[in-house]
Amino acid sequence: MAVFWGLLSVFSVISLLAIGGANAMLPEMHRQLVELRGWLDDATFSQLYALAQAAPGPNILVASLMGYWIGGGAGLVAATLGMLVPAAAIAWVVGGVTQRLAGHPWLKAVQAGLVPVAIGLILAAGLTMAAASSGGRFDGPGIVWLAVTLVSTLFVWRTDFSPLWVLAGGGVLGLILAS
Amino acid sequence: MAEAAPSSTVTPTRADLFFGYAKIGLLGFGGVGAWARRVIVEERRWLTERDYAEVLGIGQVLPGPNVGNAAVMIGRRFHGLAGALLATSGIYIGPFCVLMLLAWAYQTYGQMPAVAPFMQGIAAAAAGMVIGMAAKMTSKLRPPPEMIAVGLAACGAAFWWRLPLPLIVAILAPVSIVLAHRRLPPAVRRAA
Repeated sequence: MAVFWGLLSVFSVISLLAIGGANAMLPEMHRQLVELRGWLDDATFSQLYALAQAAPGPNILVASLMGYWIGGGAGLVAATLGMLVPAAAIAWVVGGVTQRLAGHPWLKAVQAGLVPVAIGLILAAGLTMAAASSGGRFDGPGIVWLAVTLVSTLFVWRTDFSPLWVLAGGGVLGLILAS
Repeated sequence: MAEAAPSSTVTPTRADLFFGYAKIGLLGFGGVGAWARRVIVEERRWLTERDYAEVLGIGQVLPGPNVGNAAVMIGRRFHGLAGALLATSGIYIGPFCVLMLLAWAYQTYGQMPAVAPFMQGIAAAAAGMVIGMAAKMTSKLRPPPEMIAVGLAACGAAFWWRLPLPLIVAILAPVSIVLAHRRLPPAVRRAA
């Protein structure tokens, strides 16, 4: 039970600090779970993170996985609730405010003003992912992965076909190169 | 804001919200952001490009994942609490089951499933999806030059200088909001 409340409070706090989503909260998760509380060792933390990366869906699901690893079923519930509920409650309240104030000039300015910030941060996230997947290298495999990223960028930007094609193509190319 | 054209969008039912978000979650290899925009704006047309960008912008500056926050706000807009719960559970439930299967395999066989080469390729393509999404939103929204400068500043601060996101938002959001306010038509500004 102590683990349940511990996980709930740790992940609640982390989720409220995590402006920018899962990647922003990863260092704090490591600090809390590995360094301060010793619930996971370094290697397990990295492997669980890699495991979560292999699954589709929102990256913050890594919290559920780590909660499960630390505290079984109760840990899973605690980590998931802690990660989702506080942030969702804030989004709910803010969503209500934007609906009530719809059309107010300053709300329009806030909404329009946050768009370029968000798009800039999305672009940064994509570039960071591209740098990570190519290993930051411009030779050998790094070039191949950068080329995949470039093709995928153009495909999504300039066509309306489903991105599933480039995802599957990238995955199959990965298998071919590894064999 | 300008393109309010309600006839071009479709109001989702509760089931639409759940299954649309379930699709976003299950297809979201390497992140759900690009799939969320694709399904909501292009495939199902629940929101216009601009409406979705604005919801995402607010979701971005709130704590938690931007797409998750957007799911709560979009769900609420169409179907209140039920909508928020359905959209949120839709996006998490499928990936959650997949992840538990992977965890079970990891625990049982003591090693990662051999998906690394496949995932390496997916990660490279997913990076392009995210960059392509940013490019596509920009070319459809046609932001004025000062907004492009704000976007590039945010991108450079996060990617190049690796500044913490709360700091970037705290500095750039007020500037951007004031710039956006100056762009409002005079009639709208006076209505305050």
